[in-house]
Amino acid sequence: MSTLTLPLPSRARRTAFGKIVLNEARLTWRRPVGLIAGFGIPVLLLVLFGELPKFQQASPALGGYTAFDLYVPILIVFGIAMLALLGLPVPLASYRELGVLRRLSTTPVPASWLLAAQGAVQLCVAVTTVAVICVAASVAFGAPAPVSPGGLALSVVLAIAGLFPLGLLIAALARTANAASIIGRLAFFPLIFFAGLWLPRALMPGVLLDISNYTPLGAAVQAIQASILQGFPPASPLLVLAGYAVALGFLASRLFRWE
Amino acid sequence: MGAGKTATAQLAVPAGRPETGAARGATAGPAVEIAHLRKTYGQVVAVEDVSFSVDEGEIFGVLGPNGAGKTTTVECAIGLRSPDSGTVRLLGLDPRADRDQVHEIVGVQLQEGALPAKLKVSEILDEYRSFYRHPADVAELVEVLGLAGKRKDYYGSLSGGQRQRLSVALALIGQPRIAVLDEMTTGLDPGARRDTWDLIEGIRDRGVTIVLVTHFMEEAERLCDRVALIDSGRVVALDTPAGLAAQARGGKTVRFLPSAPFDDRLLVGLPEVVMVEHEGQHVIVTGTGELVNAVILTLAATGVTARDVQLDSSNLEDAFVRLTGRRPDKEGTPA
Repeated sequence: MSTLTLPLPSRARRTAFGKIVLNEARLTWRRPVGLIAGFGIPVLLLVLFGELPKFQQASPALGGYTAFDLYVPILIVFGIAMLALLGLPVPLASYRELGVLRRLSTTPVPASWLLAAQGAVQLCVAVTTVAVICVAASVAFGAPAPVSPGGLALSVVLAIAGLFPLGLLIAALARTANAASIIGRLAFFPLIFFAGLWLPRALMPGVLLDISNYTPLGAAVQAIQASILQGFPPASPLLVLAGYAVALGFLASRLFRWE
Repeated sequence: MGAGKTATAQLAVPAGRPETGAARGATAGPAVEIAHLRKTYGQVVAVEDVSFSVDEGEIFGVLGPNGAGKTTTVECAIGLRSPDSGTVRLLGLDPRADRDQVHEIVGVQLQEGALPAKLKVSEILDEYRSFYRHPADVAELVEVLGLAGKRKDYYGSLSGGQRQRLSVALALIGQPRIAVLDEMTTGLDPGARRDTWDLIEGIRDRGVTIVLVTHFMEEAERLCDRVALIDSGRVVALDTPAGLAAQARGGKTVRFLPSAPFDDRLLVGLPEVVMVEHEGQHVIVTGTGELVNAVILTLAATGVTARDVQLDSSNLEDAFVRLTGRRPDKEGTPA
């Protein structure tokens, strides 16, 4: 990717980047597919699950936790994954399709700034989603407050670092915004299965759980769930996420086309 | 992947980065200098050998048929592509190595560059304005381009002509010293096209050098001080529009109504004939020398008479046809 250099004095550089971020935020708000999928749906599911009496009963089969407790990390990961797989790549693919990246390449601002700005906006949405889910879960629905807030923060950061490059990879491979949207959706369902959306990890048979541990969403749920319910997460899911961050980030940066 | 050379490139410019508008860019000399440019895509040679230079304050036209290499030439000139060989200098700067300075002083309007539908015109202008050290006055720019009433509108609601004018506005928003405009009036109605021509002349009057890629002969005749005609990746002619038309003199067009159908090859085989076309019942023959006599005598020999004969005087379009053997692309089919 391009180096982030620009012949503007640094305050003007910040202003220019700020203007790009502002317009990306406007577009995210005005074309809220990513917002609905990444923020609206998980928050809505949280409220639905919170209102189900069955979800609030602790069960020995679930390790003594309630189904709701186990769904909180799954919904956090749901939100991050939707933003990474749809919210990030669809606009980026559309910018290449429209020729916006090409146009930017003829200005003093490198086209990579648009990627960075879009990433920053999606990052803000992701952090908001995580915060709203965590606060609502414990304040409104009586879920336990995170045992290890530091572990939770680290897990979320690594989950975002592991999943956003996957979105960049989709934007790199898709020729059009439409194709990016289809690839994003197709990738989402198997990945979210291993996060335990339909079958929580506590109920997965051994082989499925082993696979889940090595998928990005499975590892993210494992780390976030441990941080909320038990304490600082074990190293393995954090390393899996860091591995995805490095490998997918490398691939995406090699494969991304500006035209 | 684009540019990683930036830091060294800046060091290579001894004067450092000029601070004032008047001093922007490098030393005197041609605004654009392209020498022996060559660019291939795999087996396909897009640009074989293109050289020309554009003086400061000039409006320079790049003409040629579809696929002649116009757009590739322009893309190499502005640093979007790196040529296989040859050199490009914009006010003395290398568009790849000195990309930061070049993008500050060169405004570009590319073909088929759209913008997100859900941004307003004013938001787009405000964003692009912030990229430059010496941005234009946006209020004045939108006024001149006839977009003043559209500032609150979404890009997606603009007509084709309005989008095109916004695109031109973005090329000019950094107050460039060179503006490169690729098919800027394609898709505009005749009124908007003439307004845009007035605008371009106004910008030139402020000392901006303009490189205009066009398939539109009337536009080149009206605006350009000089034109380069590119065909099959080479400059086949470089002159003023009037000079090119004069070169084509002796080159002329005969339009007539044949009394009976005949085989085009009859005429194409004549040394005087460059091209034979049909327009409804009429036949249009372009060529040189004693074209009218040659055509009428040849047809008469096969029993066909030519009626309603019209002879057109030569113009830039004739020069284009003579030099490339093709008509310029018509409206709606840009290169």
